[in-house]
Amino acid sequence: MKGTEAFRELVPMLGDRPVVHANGYICRESFQVLDREANFYMIGSMGLASSIGLGVALGRQDKQVVVFDGDGNVLMAMGTLAMIAAAAPKNFVHVVFDNQVYESTGSQRSLSGEIPLEEVARSVGYRHTERVTKKEELGPAFKRMLAEQGPSFLLVKVEPGFNPKTGRVTHSPEEITARFMRALQ
Amino acid sequence: MLSSERFIERLKEEGFSFFTGVPCSLLSGLISCLENRPDYLPAVREDAAVGLCAGAFMAGRLPVLLMQNSGLGYSLNAFTSLNLIYKIPVLVIMSWRGHLGKDAPEHIIMGDINENLLKTSGMEYAVLGDDNAEEVLARALRVIGQGLPFTLLVKKGQFDERH
Repeated sequence: MKGTEAFRELVPMLGDRPVVHANGYICRESFQVLDREANFYMIGSMGLASSIGLGVALGRQDKQVVVFDGDGNVLMAMGTLAMIAAAAPKNFVHVVFDNQVYESTGSQRSLSGEIPLEEVARSVGYRHTERVTKKEELGPAFKRMLAEQGPSFLLVKVEPGFNPKTGRVTHSPEEITARFMRALQ
Repeated sequence: MLSSERFIERLKEEGFSFFTGVPCSLLSGLISCLENRPDYLPAVREDAAVGLCAGAFMAGRLPVLLMQNSGLGYSLNAFTSLNLIYKIPVLVIMSWRGHLGKDAPEHIIMGDINENLLKTSGMEYAVLGDDNAEEVLARALRVIGQGLPFTLLVKKGQFDERH
């Protein structure tokens, strides 16, 4: 399945949940599919989507927090998986769109073809982990994640193939913070 | 010397309610006051701690990040491409290893440049001393109120150490 198809499948299921987005095409695709106030678009600081999401989940334990992450980001911050598993927030859902490349910089290969990231998450102690490769499996798997106690980890294998014409997030970083905080109130 | 316990109490009185970081022996007293509290989570790296604090802030907490100045190198991109442009504040308590060139070899260069790194990246900071704690805390709160990070540099012997 293409990345865009995966976003189209998941975004309508989000409700009003806050979603922290990794940089690159994750931000850009999700922004194009549906711009939500509860979306935090991390345009820089690669690797930190998961730690930002953990901070939100610990600060607001009454809200289920979703992170839309990428394989490059997870590989850069594997230690953060340990922080998440140790803190064990029940309200934390980690979705990783794994295309095995750094696509927004020209599709250089990452290590996730060799390293099953959901196994890493399971090993460190995420409560619930799944890998999805087919589009028809994605919605039901995400629904299970939202129903289960976290921390949960959903690895979504996607084909590289984001449209390079996909625009950038047009809100300023300051606006992104203000909107996200408003949505969390 | 300042009392670690009293200092943490002051931070709590000022509304700081989320603590994380990577240890340094100079900060061991502070961390021992925090370690068993539910509002403290040990971080694996300083940049991950920056992210954690950013999320906690947006979720309504006022965060404190403890680190050695070696962590400034790891965190610089997080400060410049997250906190400074998104206006996400954090109080950083940073130990100043290598101050005046008197320390183990690995600390000498960072000890020499950490002030310049903070200045050049537009991060406000103050050096904590015995007599200026209230004054720098007030300044930190003003800067944090503007949505920006503030760093307190802590020299050896400033706090009681427990290691």
